[in-house]
Amino acid sequence: MQPEPHASYAAAFAPALLDPGSEVPSIVTGPCGKSAVTCYNVYRNNVTVSLIDALASIYPAVQRLTGEDFFRAMARFHIREIPPTSPLLFDYGRNFPAFIEGYEHAQSLPWLADVARIERAWLDAYHAADSTTLSPSALATVAPDRLASLVFTVHPATRVVRSSYAAVTIFAANRGTAAASTIDASVPEDALITRPDADVVVQLLPPGGAAFLACLMSGCMLAEAAAAALEDEPEFDLATNIAGLFEAGAFASLTSGDAR
Amino acid sequence: MSARTTISSLVLAGAVSTALATLASAAPLTKAEADAAIAAKKEKCFGVALKGQNDCAAGPGTTCQGTSTVDFQGNAWKFVQGGTCASIDLPGGKKGSLKPV
Repeated sequence: MQPEPHASYAAAFAPALLDPGSEVPSIVTGPCGKSAVTCYNVYRNNVTVSLIDALASIYPAVQRLTGEDFFRAMARFHIREIPPTSPLLFDYGRNFPAFIEGYEHAQSLPWLADVARIERAWLDAYHAADSTTLSPSALATVAPDRLASLVFTVHPATRVVRSSYAAVTIFAANRGTAAASTIDASVPEDALITRPDADVVVQLLPPGGAAFLACLMSGCMLAEAAAAALEDEPEFDLATNIAGLFEAGAFASLTSGDAR
Repeated sequence: MSARTTISSLVLAGAVSTALATLASAAPLTKAEADAAIAAKKEKCFGVALKGQNDCAAGPGTTCQGTSTVDFQGNAWKFVQGGTCASIDLPGGKKGSLKPV
């Protein structure tokens, strides 16, 4: 292996790949020193198509919502603006939701970026580390006077996405086989993403549930998280949220905060 | 947040025992009955439970697909309402049009 010549060749070869308007690198030549524009364009094509296809694989609901032509055009702009920095394709497109939020032609779809955030969280949950999920019986053995100071460790796959729009309903209608009926986008929705077994599950969090879980994820004790949720949303129901989070497999373990 | 909300131990204990009662009721059932009960409770607790389906579940880079589409030039593109976004109402009462405003 001689990494240095390879690296310097790649450094000269690669920059023009994502810019069709730029010159073919001088190191690329055809037989007898002829131009190799056509051959170099094969590389340009493969790089761009594979990155657009990668985004389409990560964000299928976004593509279904916009239609393929719009999606591929938007994806191409994103690729030109933010090329990959990692060779791991499934890791590409992390900035795509933020890009969508600022993309001028998607401004009439203000919920689109949040749908993309749920799709990104879905894939990250899919690739998250394995862990057992916390059984409710662990909670049953805690003495009542210790409950307030409980600290939960969430399962590595657990994610929360908050939206000012009906992003969860729009995601569900466009990611599954269900036909999309008319959806009122103005209803705020928060998504819980978990992977209780091998399958990623996306659920709609009840009122205050996102604030509750976000606090627990940042290391709050149970009583602090419940208080934060009530301040966020007066309708917050603690019993429903605890039961729902355990059923969803959101937690991996618990400790008493006093022991910290 | 001048007057911080506090949760009493009594309220916490009550909520936890309610949650545990909800969770424990499926225990003596068969696997199928338990699964059905859990599914029903999910509906009750968290509204809808949604599984995100994806043709390529592991994401890109995990299959060896040919890429023969010619796409690199593509500066001439158009807005097409080929997607499902038109079925989504916006706060202003407008449909989710893709046409530039």
